[in-house]
Amino acid sequence: MSEPHISIRDLTMAYGPSVIQRDLNFDINKGDIFVIMGGSGCGKSTLLKHMLGLLDPAKGDIFYNDQSFFQASMKQQDDMRQRWGITYQSGGLFSAMTLAGNVNLPLQLYTQYSASDREDIIAYKLALVGLGGYQNYYPSEISGGMRKRAALARAIALDPEILFFDEPSAGLDPISSRLLDELIVQLQESIGATVVMVTHELPSIFGIASNSVYLDVNTKTMIAYGDPRELRDHSEQPVVRQFLARESGSPQEEQA
Amino acid sequence: MSEQPPGFELLTEDREVAVLLLTGDWVQGQSHRDFHVLKDDLLGITASELVVDGSQLGLWDSVLMAFLLQSFNQCREDNIVFRTRALPDGIERLLDVATAVPTHVPPSAPNKQWYESFSPGSLVLELWESTVESLAFIGELGIALWRLALGKANTRFSDFRTFCYQAGPDAFAIISLTSVLVGMILAYLGAVQLQQFGAEVYVADLVVIGMLREMGVLMAAIVMAGRTGAAYAAQLGTMQANEEIDAIRTMGISPMEFLVVPRMLALVVAMPLLTLYANLLGIIGGGIVSGGLGVTPLMYISEGETALQLSHLSVGLIKSVVFGVLIAVAGCRSGINSGRSSAAVGQAATQAVVTAIVYLIVADAAINILFQQVGI
Repeated sequence: MSEPHISIRDLTMAYGPSVIQRDLNFDINKGDIFVIMGGSGCGKSTLLKHMLGLLDPAKGDIFYNDQSFFQASMKQQDDMRQRWGITYQSGGLFSAMTLAGNVNLPLQLYTQYSASDREDIIAYKLALVGLGGYQNYYPSEISGGMRKRAALARAIALDPEILFFDEPSAGLDPISSRLLDELIVQLQESIGATVVMVTHELPSIFGIASNSVYLDVNTKTMIAYGDPRELRDHSEQPVVRQFLARESGSPQEEQA
Repeated sequence: MSEQPPGFELLTEDREVAVLLLTGDWVQGQSHRDFHVLKDDLLGITASELVVDGSQLGLWDSVLMAFLLQSFNQCREDNIVFRTRALPDGIERLLDVATAVPTHVPPSAPNKQWYESFSPGSLVLELWESTVESLAFIGELGIALWRLALGKANTRFSDFRTFCYQAGPDAFAIISLTSVLVGMILAYLGAVQLQQFGAEVYVADLVVIGMLREMGVLMAAIVMAGRTGAAYAAQLGTMQANEEIDAIRTMGISPMEFLVVPRMLALVVAMPLLTLYANLLGIIGGGIVSGGLGVTPLMYISEGETALQLSHLSVGLIKSVVFGVLIAVAGCRSGINSGRSSAAVGQAATQAVVTAIVYLIVADAAINILFQQVGI
């Protein structure tokens, strides 16, 4: 199981001259639930955008199954993207389409299922996220938590190999976010996908993550990599222990 | 590995337990018998239990899962116990997740034919509601303007300046193009008729009067309705969707004073200036065409001068102020009353342009009739 699925190599990310993070090197293994964590503004979402190919790196590359993403042609990149499912921070559902329409779109574009099969599959995908029967609702007619789950239904429409989440539980109450976490684990176990998520919700991190990386805002690089429970107790970096134990106080003082 | 066509068989030898035997590969690209076939069979059985047997199942994907979920829901409906046997682990797990939450039954809306939903009563009601809404909007705008005149309004001069720039200098390029062309069109239109009487030189009168009184201001207004009116609707609609307008309200600021008044004033200032500019370019455009038809520039200018009267100019300028108000009202009203989704913002922008153009044409006709009566 410890076969690397996604490999980040020497990745430096920058907006123009201002470097966000430099020299990132880590692997995400097949079947992992991998968490990218760090304080606000450290570049977590930027890293995710690089992994999704929405931004180009200043230096370095990202490999999916040992295939370079940024060296690949547009066609190859699109083929790789088809194997991903992505849930954006605010859902990213098309507000002009019903939930069925949202889930239908990738099915219609990329599969050969007949129309009646697609209808059945949409019902099944929505049932997987606990929204069976909500086919004809518009995103504006359902609650925030349901919208996140609907976005998840769209993300898993094509049975992806990798599921990306940008702050899945942001803005959800503790119970809904716990349910969403459970759902992510259940889906991960059943479809065997690799899950990459950006979050700073400690309950999620300890509840479901099997591996993680910590991006530091001051040194502008990764300072910890591994199981978050291990890192909380045994990390050499005080700032990481502090983050994970939710302690207050300035890490700089402690380092001094 | 060649794929076997997918299939299923309902075995009902046992009176108590029916067995649903799944065979073949249930994957994309294979056509399978529809669930309705099974549904009909299920309705006919007397057994109180259904066992799904996956021992002869090959490959599978979401198609099979969708099929099983339908079977499960059907069994739940008919009070048949649903069990599984020899199904792959993944299917069991996914089925557990998918059936954890019972299917939501949406409140049933009566299924109407399109002609049933049409009724003259509702049309009148809609018209009435939109009229009331417009009047309320204009009333609120009036109050906001009154407060502005008293110096009590929360209108920021810096906003006004930005909007003036967007509604004025930013629009020069497109107004230049349209006005020159409209002037040329007017000249062609007239020249062909006037040539029959050897009166080409009167093209200058036609172009000057036509541009000053009517075409210059109307074309400028239509361009501004599409450009600035739609932009206002989109800006305010997006602010509505982002709850920015709620934020403005809860800060105790009137959105009318803060958002609508500076936009409207900007258009009221910009429209007469754009109209003047459009008039000038239109007359130049007409001159170009006239030159081509044998009217020398000198003749064109001297004939045009006699037609260039203050009354014609002022009619156009009065119209331009009225049109500026109407474009701003149509745009801002659509924006502020927009829904909270991205689709609604698009609708608001469309509505803004359509309403503005209707307003413009109705107002133009009304002003012409009025001036005709008054004799200007």
